[in-house]
Amino acid sequence: MSDYEHYEALVVGAGPGGAAAAATFANYGIETLVLERGVEAGSKNVSGGLIYAEESAPYTIDDLFPGFREAAAERPITKYRIHNIAGDKVESFDLTDLHEHDTEWSDSVLRRKMDSWLEDRVHERTRETGGGLLTGVHVNGLLREEGRIVGVTLDELDPITADIIVAADGVNSELARDAGLMDWDEPDEWFQGVKAVVDMPEDAIADRFDVAEDEGAAHLFSGDLFEGVRGGGFLYTNRDTLSLGTVFHLDSLVAEEAEPHQLLDALLTHPLLAQWLGDDYTELEYSAKLVPDSKKVALREPHFGRLLLVGDAAGQMQAQGPIIKGMNHAVTAGALAAEAYAQAKSRNEPEKAGTRYARKLRSEGVMKKLRPRGYELLRGVAEDDGVTDVVDTVLTSPVGRAGIRALSGRLERLYNVPTLSALMPDTRTPYVTLPTVIAEELGTRVRDQSSVTPLDLEARIGGLTYDTDIGNPHIALRDESYEASGAAVAACPVSAVDFGGGCYREEVVRTNGSEERVVSLDTQPCVECGTCAVVADTEWTHPRGDKGVEFKWG
Amino acid sequence: MHMVVLTKGVPDFREGQVSFDEDGHLERGKTPTVMNPNDRFALEAALQTRVRHGGRVSVMSMGPPGYKEVLREAMETVYADDLHLVSDREMAAADTWATAITLSAGIETLGEPDVVFAGFKTADGETGHTGPQTNWCLDMPLVTHVISLDIDEAEGTLRAKRLVEGDIEEIETVETELPAFVVADPEFEPSYRTAGERLTLKDLREETRARAENYEEHLTVRDHADINVDPDYIGLDGSPTIVSSVDPIPKAPAEREATMVDPEDTGAMQDVLGAMQSAVGDDAGDAAAAGGD
Repeated sequence: MSDYEHYEALVVGAGPGGAAAAATFANYGIETLVLERGVEAGSKNVSGGLIYAEESAPYTIDDLFPGFREAAAERPITKYRIHNIAGDKVESFDLTDLHEHDTEWSDSVLRRKMDSWLEDRVHERTRETGGGLLTGVHVNGLLREEGRIVGVTLDELDPITADIIVAADGVNSELARDAGLMDWDEPDEWFQGVKAVVDMPEDAIADRFDVAEDEGAAHLFSGDLFEGVRGGGFLYTNRDTLSLGTVFHLDSLVAEEAEPHQLLDALLTHPLLAQWLGDDYTELEYSAKLVPDSKKVALREPHFGRLLLVGDAAGQMQAQGPIIKGMNHAVTAGALAAEAYAQAKSRNEPEKAGTRYARKLRSEGVMKKLRPRGYELLRGVAEDDGVTDVVDTVLTSPVGRAGIRALSGRLERLYNVPTLSALMPDTRTPYVTLPTVIAEELGTRVRDQSSVTPLDLEARIGGLTYDTDIGNPHIALRDESYEASGAAVAACPVSAVDFGGGCYREEVVRTNGSEERVVSLDTQPCVECGTCAVVADTEWTHPRGDKGVEFKWG
Repeated sequence: MHMVVLTKGVPDFREGQVSFDEDGHLERGKTPTVMNPNDRFALEAALQTRVRHGGRVSVMSMGPPGYKEVLREAMETVYADDLHLVSDREMAAADTWATAITLSAGIETLGEPDVVFAGFKTADGETGHTGPQTNWCLDMPLVTHVISLDIDEAEGTLRAKRLVEGDIEEIETVETELPAFVVADPEFEPSYRTAGERLTLKDLREETRARAENYEEHLTVRDHADINVDPDYIGLDGSPTIVSSVDPIPKAPAEREATMVDPEDTGAMQDVLGAMQSAVGDDAGDAAAAGGD
């Protein structure tokens, strides 16, 4: 192993988790190399995106990177509302109390701008340690010696060894999967989000959202506008753009054979949004991302030998009803991982960095947020199909409706209780049935008419920037039968049934008198979300460094 | 290691930049001068050597004072530690021979470089002579058509992969002692396989861009006296080549007549459509008739 290039600490991925880990290593004077596969940090990243600084968190992004909010964020979010929708009836609740619970501040962000700002600071600080940050480098797996993880293998460089490896390589982490800590097997462990970034001048945002220069609004949407698919929509104000998107449970998306881009359109064209979108809708970027459901997949022991996982790679994404927090947990985890290593090393037991890191996640309260105990206790009952049917039947019955009416004065308060959000079962009840009944019983009709014409999928793909790795597709279909991989045709955010320009297409092959439904794959329009890794039978990797999609907004 | 890279200013032949008169002669006054595109590969080869072995990269050109901009471009887009322009009226209208004498004298004023790099052919002259002729004066081992490069500093040797006869199908590996003269092929690809090299590269690229902002501080201009050459051997006087005439290449006669149509002109576009319909109309009718039974 002496022949390999060696760094003391290696951080894979330059998102907020990787940046926090790298900055913390650098603070301890540890030689740190950061490897990012995108052409620039942020070019592969998508988030809703609100970033929080929690009062209870041991590390926040602006602790680690002074000046973050002024330089890298969009707007402080000062208004937070949820809209229960049934047809054109809407009942809105103010969730500002929930939003402000344990919150020091919360800003909207666009990831290209945010992460590229972090990149420069991380490079500067890690360079002083003898390391630095490189973009366009794809770490594709773990390097082992005698069965132990000692480093990583890469597409662009010779293998590199390290004393500690922090995998902050995102929701589709190849290192987590190489280590056997994560898989892509169960659709119900994941959400899929799609997003449109929409152009809007600052003065229009000020008028339409009634916000001052240093204020911003967040709106959530749930009810019957998404064809019964479990999930919801969001709208966040940026400086001079909006982020509008939808997030659904992947199993529900597959079960309903829904087209994600059409569900996004259902939100964009809903009359409630006419007041904000006006008649000058200009979509700047379409994007998509897989989101881990921390309640199910957040690893209690996110480490294996020298490998520590942080952020999405470790499933650390808290999506519990209207509480949507990911980046803040990645930042905390990244810093804790680096701190754990530094402390373990100073006690001359660096091999204990992993267990020390996991212990910190528990003692600092991170694990409790990611995996609420109440949810675990209730899950068995609350997510039982029979129970869901009964609850839904009661809710939609005259008795249930009378109950909702009786609760009307207190519903807003109940929605603002954090522990209730954490308990929310992953069933259609809280995502679809309850908001629909609330809107039907208590809502008022929206009089506006939408004049929004969303872009079609072809135009959305056409608007993205790709550097295609010709002749070297990064995803291969292992089983092209429709039974194994057909779900990807609808669920892939850049594919659709009867659309020839996407990644996945259904084809009928006639052979010797019989017909077979098969799926074909063209990775050119791929946005690297990972949906097909879960719903189809694929050999899934990220593209080589600098290759594939490049998000300009993210 | 001390590397010297030769570069030249050429008319920017890219579409939208270059300008020709009615007779097809280049209008130099209306066409911007840029760094010869092939010289980029020589600069990349020198930068790779600088990344791996440290040292200094000097970039040199012979030409009018305006070539300072070309040297700045070399410094900004690839890399240079210092810039050198050999320039005076005596050097004007030189052929490749006189240029080689001038450049070799210029290089000798810089000391004894370990490697001299040149690009393969300039975009205007297209002779490919200047590099090898310069080396004829310097009398170093010459390696041309180099596509990859490896230097063993301890042994004082250079190992290169080169295209045989410029043919990509045939690659030979040659080894020579330093100092050596390298002509980089347009197929040259720098190779950085370690993070350390890439980090150094990133530092150097940042440094060179910053230096290029005040490039004149790093620029030395020398005339024929400074490089100690006899005016009889340089410029027009030193050039044995006589260009008797320049003939434009006749355009190949078009076999079909073309009519230009403005797409904004609806009437004209209607005519085009009509012409297309009448051209395919008969065939389409036949096909329909054939399918009728």
